[in-house]
Amino acid sequence: MTARLVRTACSLLAVVLTAACTSYYEIPIETPIRPKLDVSAFQRVLVAGFIAGGSEDVDANLETVRLLRSQLRTKSELRVIDADVLPLMDVAAEEHTVATNGDSSNGQEQQQLAAVIKEEKDLEPYEHIFANVEYWKRIGEEYQSPLIVTGTVMFTPHARSGFVQREQEVYDSFGRRRVVPIRTYMERKGFILKPKFIFIDGRTGTTLHSETFREEILYNANQTTPALSSYFELMDRLIPSFLSTLSSQKIKGTRVLLK
Amino acid sequence: MRTCTALAAFTLMLAVAAPLQADPRGDAKKQVEFGISVAQRGLWREAIYRWERAAQMDPTYAAAYNNLAVAYEHEGDLDKARTAYEKAIELEPDNALIKQNYELFKEINDRTPRKDGL
Repeated sequence: MTARLVRTACSLLAVVLTAACTSYYEIPIETPIRPKLDVSAFQRVLVAGFIAGGSEDVDANLETVRLLRSQLRTKSELRVIDADVLPLMDVAAEEHTVATNGDSSNGQEQQQLAAVIKEEKDLEPYEHIFANVEYWKRIGEEYQSPLIVTGTVMFTPHARSGFVQREQEVYDSFGRRRVVPIRTYMERKGFILKPKFIFIDGRTGTTLHSETFREEILYNANQTTPALSSYFELMDRLIPSFLSTLSSQKIKGTRVLLK
Repeated sequence: MRTCTALAAFTLMLAVAAPLQADPRGDAKKQVEFGISVAQRGLWREAIYRWERAAQMDPTYAAAYNNLAVAYEHEGDLDKARTAYEKAIELEPDNALIKQNYELFKEINDRTPRKDGL
């Protein structure tokens, strides 16, 4: 900790000393970042739907579809297809039943589908739907071969207790204000958002790219925050990363020009 | 007479030699300063041209490479920006301002997909 502080102080001192001896100009720049995925072959995007679970207070499937569509409308060049959200859980369950019946003759065990997804392990038996090339190809044909965005979303309540460091104002005998770090035991609760975005080529039904994110938020245990606002707060953090997969972004910063 | 001839020859030699002893750093500095003034007005392409010329005139001028790197970064040409930053640091390894620029650049560059795939 002390070594890190010393290093930071030294580098800061070096910058100050160099700046004092050099003519320099600070200038704002905007660096364009290429998208992670080459989507030039697509004109349209279909946010199809998600297999979602966790909290019962938020329909993570519907909310995620709505949010991603509105973000893509304003921040990407792809045309967003307005369509009903696909009932992916039902489709996966149907496929699962067919597969189970087929396999019952040869005695193979199948994973049981949970009617309500509460934990991550409940998602697993549903995930085979994303590998069903024929299904996605059919969806692609229906919507004129768009880029399809689908995946899983887990939005789960979470509680954690332990020591946290926070800052406290103290006044000495001369009335001078100081801020000191104190460690206190706190019970906190909040949510974890773990979406996995899967990008499927609507022409072939194959997966082009998939990416998993994890964000969590914790509040003081006696604070009441609606689940939906926590969901949006967490999504807000990862939307830029989601968008950077599909469209170019500009990152603002400042650099120094030297004479 | 002989002294006069020698003096005339010396004066002539100085007159001829003067333009040959051009100051590359001085000329490059003028290009760098002009580049800064146009970059401040948002004319980044012109700034790149000026700083490229400065680097040609004086290949040991770290500021020219630093500024070029910043301009390439602004244009999204991250490979060229990295090369220019590395050259600037090679020329002035102790320059904290160049190192600070480079650290900020690396943060962005690490978030960017490479040309050869994801």
